[in-house]
Amino acid sequence: MTPPVNEQRLEMRGISMEFPGVKALDDVHFSVKRGEIHALVGANGAGKSTLMKVLAGAYASYEGTILFDGVPLAIDSPNAAKRAGIEIVYQEVDTALVDYLTVAENICLDMLASGQLKGVIRRRRYEEIAERALQKLKASIDVRQRVSELRLAEKQLVLIARALVQESRFLILDEPTAPLSGRETEQLFRIIRELAEKEHLGVIFISHRLQELFEICESISVMRDGKMVSRQLLAGQTKETVVEQMLGRRLQKSSREARPAGAPSLELDRITVAGQLDEISLTVRAGEVIGIAGLVGAGKTELCKTIFGSIPVTSGLMRLAGETRRIRSAYDAVRLGIGLVPEERRKEGILVADPIEQNMTAASLKQFVNRFGFVEKKKERAAANRIVQQLSIKVSDTRQRAAELSGGNQQKVAIGKWLLADASVLVLDEPTKGVDVGAKAEIFQVIDQLAAEQKAVIYASSELDELLAVTDRIYVMYDGQIVFEATTSETTEEQLLWYATGGQQHE
Amino acid sequence: MNDVLHEPAAQPEAPRTAAGKPVLRFLNDWGIVLAILALILFFAMTAPNFLQGTNLVNILRSISIVTIIAIGLTVSLTVNGFDLSVGSTATFASSLVVSFFVWYSLPLGVSIGLALVIALAVALVNILLIVKFKIPDLFATLATMFIFEGVAMTYTGGGSISAGMPRLDGTPTVGLIPESFLKISQAPWIILIMLVVVAVTHVFLNHTRHGRFLYIIGGNPEAAHLTGIRVNRYRAVAYLIAGLLAAVGGILLASQVGSSQINAGSGYLMPAVAAAFIGSSFAGQGKPNALGTLVGACLVGILENGLVMLSVPYYSLNIIKGAVLAIALASTYYRFKKN
Repeated sequence: MTPPVNEQRLEMRGISMEFPGVKALDDVHFSVKRGEIHALVGANGAGKSTLMKVLAGAYASYEGTILFDGVPLAIDSPNAAKRAGIEIVYQEVDTALVDYLTVAENICLDMLASGQLKGVIRRRRYEEIAERALQKLKASIDVRQRVSELRLAEKQLVLIARALVQESRFLILDEPTAPLSGRETEQLFRIIRELAEKEHLGVIFISHRLQELFEICESISVMRDGKMVSRQLLAGQTKETVVEQMLGRRLQKSSREARPAGAPSLELDRITVAGQLDEISLTVRAGEVIGIAGLVGAGKTELCKTIFGSIPVTSGLMRLAGETRRIRSAYDAVRLGIGLVPEERRKEGILVADPIEQNMTAASLKQFVNRFGFVEKKKERAAANRIVQQLSIKVSDTRQRAAELSGGNQQKVAIGKWLLADASVLVLDEPTKGVDVGAKAEIFQVIDQLAAEQKAVIYASSELDELLAVTDRIYVMYDGQIVFEATTSETTEEQLLWYATGGQQHE
Repeated sequence: MNDVLHEPAAQPEAPRTAAGKPVLRFLNDWGIVLAILALILFFAMTAPNFLQGTNLVNILRSISIVTIIAIGLTVSLTVNGFDLSVGSTATFASSLVVSFFVWYSLPLGVSIGLALVIALAVALVNILLIVKFKIPDLFATLATMFIFEGVAMTYTGGGSISAGMPRLDGTPTVGLIPESFLKISQAPWIILIMLVVVAVTHVFLNHTRHGRFLYIIGGNPEAAHLTGIRVNRYRAVAYLIAGLLAAVGGILLASQVGSSQINAGSGYLMPAVAAAFIGSSFAGQGKPNALGTLVGACLVGILENGLVMLSVPYYSLNIIKGAVLAIALASTYYRFKKN
């Protein structure tokens, strides 16, 4: 006897997975029923995305078993997952759609790829299939339109429609609401609820916005450091208890003393970038380290790049050392003494194929040119060696290529570049991304050093514990706005996470 | 746990790879030089006149124009930009300079100067298309290649220009091509010009701030931008230099031929590309560089000269030249992948 549809359960048992040097998943158990809307949460790097990728067949090898209705499934490819009725809508909506195909063609893409639609392409047939799928979602989108003409929210619906064309039993939504407005989010929720009720679709919902989970999910699984911490009903939980489970501890206030700070080096006055940043005001003083906290997508990177002139400002003022300045390009920013250590170190921060010394002098090469316009390589090397010593960068020779350094040392090279350029304001975007614990501590030391030299440092990170360890004051961003400001010694990780996940004041 | 397991495992591996590496590396870095030596040896044995002084000067003279155009291409390659229009630029410049002599009887300096300046229009269009409109370089310069091939042909009326020949509408011409202009492409001068272009470009690329920036942009435009380098400005400069040197090549071509021929420059694109790509692996630089390009041009020139001496028909030469280009590209990109 098969059990009623709503008792059919998708189960992951003892899933373990290792990436070089990291245990990404450690004996994880997870399950979801058909018709259930289940939340999956965890801090950055807790393993939720990896777990869902396993379920969607993105990895061919992992330990553990996946069962549906008690029967083991061999999920080792996206196609195998689809055959089992598991669909995933990844966070990066744009990468999953083909811009110059129509909505109908995009929705039918999987069926075409899996060979369910064969032979001559009959446009009418595609359009019928697509229309039916979109009707399920109650979405009025013209299926003949090109995807490039759609708004982000519509694209999301197209992706969900694509997932539902086939007989899906489970749908994984990875941060689906990040790009949506409040109204669009509500509409999406209504659709999800209906699908769960009528089509018995099991939904796994990943979101950083805790508030939402309470609106739509009935149960929740919390992950931390590659392990499953708990699975329970959401009723009876509060945001605070969920946050505590995510962090695994209650944090006391940080005991750091604030550094003595000088005059304001950089002030932002209601800086707005249409669609990305909303009236950002902040101040950072000489000798001070301020933190920009926020989860992925909160607008930290956009803020960093705006300060650095590579995103044009819609309105608002920037003052450097008290003087109003217009920074229209990265070139302007560098000239005015701002340095940026970007988030994507290998892609944007350092020149991997070039020698360390050339990396270091790239922003200040003028200083190393003699009066005939030739680069003085001896002087360049001497300067590079000075920075290598000052920041204790582990290299044998400054002629080594930057690619040969470890992540932490590469990051120090990226910081060293701005020391040579004598930047007075340093913007660090996720500077510890992808570096090990030891290197982290060393980067913190470097930052201490920078502050001691009266540099103004802006430290943007989603790693709240790091912000607490290294900054003097913290601004929390959510949805392109600064929603909270605190002196580091008077706040806690919980409080920061509360605001970073969209918590309101006085709650 | 992992760290403990990883550390010793990595150690025995290092010497193992190091043992086989030097030979491969040497081949990779000095392969072109070895190839040139092998070719010289081969041709010296098979073609008796090959090693004669006059023939060697001949080779140098024949590669001068290719080298100069290839050096321009090298500069555009430093910012990772490819310029297919160098051949058309050369054609355009050559018809301009000859027309100034023959049609308008302009003096030597003025003719050359004007031809260079006007031929820079190609580079300006390239810059507009690539830097402003963000068209991928290959497509943009493919378009300008055709546009200016057409412009040059329209300008000359679809025919060649030489002294004493009436214009296509029948107007007689009185201008002459000055002797001094024809001299430029004679033995010592054209070789000297080539060497100066190579030397200046070498110093510019390797010893000045601007050259360093060009390479940085080619290596990682995003990082260059976030370092405060004016990426677009430097890319424009690179295309300007490429255009300028292509125009110089075209003028030398006119001097060599003593007239302006239809599509005279188009034949130089392929060997120039080959020279620049062959040269990028020279001395283990792994990036486009002026000295390497000179060496690459030597390889192509020696190959062509030797094959002609061996009486390989001219219409079959392209097979071998094309194959050499393919091998040069393969070695460049194969290495990229491994990196």
